[in-house]
Amino acid sequence: MRAVLELAGRHRLRAWEALPWAAALAAFFVFPNHLAFGTQLLITVLFALSLDLVLGYAGIVTLGHAAFFGAGAYTVGMLAQHLGWNEPLSSLAAAALVAGAIGLASGLVLLRTHGLTLLMLTLCTMALLEEAANMGARYTGGFDGMPGLGFQPLLGIFPFDVLFFRSQYLYALAVLFACFVVVRVLVYSPFGQSLTGIRENLLRMHAVGAPVRARLVLAYAISAALAGVAGGLFTQANAFVNLAVLGLDRAAGVLIILILGGYGRLYGAFVGALAYLLLEHALAKAYPTAWQLGLGLALMAVALYARNGILGIAASLHRRLGGRRAA
Amino acid sequence: MRAPLLETRGLCKSFGALEVARDIDFRLERGARHALIGPNGAGKTTLVNLLTGALQPSRGSVLLEGDDLAGLAQAKRVKRGLARTFQINQLFRGLTVLENVCIAVAERLGVGGSMLRPAGKRADVIGEASRLLEMLRLQGDAGRRVAELPYGRQRLVELAIALGLKPRVLLLDEPAAGIPSAESHILLDAIAALPADIAVLIIEHDMDLVFRFARRITVMVSGAVFAEGSPAEIAANREVRAVYLGSALDA
Repeated sequence: MRAVLELAGRHRLRAWEALPWAAALAAFFVFPNHLAFGTQLLITVLFALSLDLVLGYAGIVTLGHAAFFGAGAYTVGMLAQHLGWNEPLSSLAAAALVAGAIGLASGLVLLRTHGLTLLMLTLCTMALLEEAANMGARYTGGFDGMPGLGFQPLLGIFPFDVLFFRSQYLYALAVLFACFVVVRVLVYSPFGQSLTGIRENLLRMHAVGAPVRARLVLAYAISAALAGVAGGLFTQANAFVNLAVLGLDRAAGVLIILILGGYGRLYGAFVGALAYLLLEHALAKAYPTAWQLGLGLALMAVALYARNGILGIAASLHRRLGGRRAA
Repeated sequence: MRAPLLETRGLCKSFGALEVARDIDFRLERGARHALIGPNGAGKTTLVNLLTGALQPSRGSVLLEGDDLAGLAQAKRVKRGLARTFQINQLFRGLTVLENVCIAVAERLGVGGSMLRPAGKRADVIGEASRLLEMLRLQGDAGRRVAELPYGRQRLVELAIALGLKPRVLLLDEPAAGIPSAESHILLDAIAALPADIAVLIIEHDMDLVFRFARRITVMVSGAVFAEGSPAEIAANREVRAVYLGSALDA
């Protein structure tokens, strides 16, 4: 049966999947003066990728994903500030743990609900964390955040602060790659397939005996941990952390990025982040006061005419061209 | 005496003042071929929902081999061998036919939560799912997305998913509704070919199908059991003819 072969080979790597990584490495040599921007882009991709796991695959609509980005960012910041724990890799692991634990705990409560209720509760979780970061000034720096954090050289060798863009860029790329491998393995596993099942038909998923809530909570916690890694990277790369990592702006931004790129497609995070940051950059240059207007119009166009985002357009073009070739 | 495979005792369900199940005592024996008939709104689907745990009863109990299932979640009941199809298709519409069945088979084999090996490498799951599709003559559509199939073919996917759970009790809620008559024999053959030890409860309005299939029939009216007996007894029951069969047979 052809369908069996298709399903059996779906997880195999395609040749084009090397493309984003080759492009990221090429950018390292071609744009040596834009590596700071590149690092921000990689961090944004990772954050959007973590959202794709819950939104694109499991169908959990959340407006509060920045809660976990922020939890990771503050974990790295507070460890460095108060405990002098500034070894990059281990503090990144701590960020993943803390964000994952918050994802697990809040998921256990939130994921009993659906739809708008869930959306509002994710928003509330984030607002609570933001307010906690604001009020707990002794630990978090409050409104001012924690500026001027220092980190040890990476692996004890590569100097690591805001002036060393090259090591930061490659470090962020390596972390993104590792996280991407995790997400890719997950979405093609039976676990990932069951998340898709939950997204497609909750009622039926209950009726085939799947422990729906446990699956959702687990996916939510894993996604939170990955978002925490992105947040941790953000603090390490910028050497500061402040309330902006936890805000609605960031949560809505990452949602827009994923919709723009195409959700439920793994690479939508890459395409969306690149398109969003480039668009933001170009628009802000052209219309410094009204650049968000252009972004809004672009998003409306995607919502109206390209529901599956940029990758959706690419896929339908590919189908059309392929169909013509076959005919 | 052994307890019946599935039994309800004094089962009641009301939504506010509306009583949709009234004091239902119902037994399903091992290997049963049992039909549940009655006019629309009689509470047939409600009974199925109470059996599967989709609804919680207001009073009364559901017992599987004598064990009270009270408070047991739907998924747990499925693990105990209770599977159903839905009156209106409940499928993973964006996924292929093969994937739809694979999801069910994977859950039954307890590998639905495994994270490391790709789903495509589970030859056991895919093999079993494709055998089921062959049985229901769906193999030609295995790679198509369910949403692209005609409704009648989707009905068969619905059945394939339930069979993928290898149930001991199979609850079929109007399985033939929406299947063109030219294709309904595929469904009938599939139901006839079910292992003899599975208990099958079928809700159906097609009386041809009911009388060909069932060895026992329960008639429900207004949320209560109105009559029960062999097909011959039910066909001869004048009251049943008056409330339901008359109209159904004449139609």
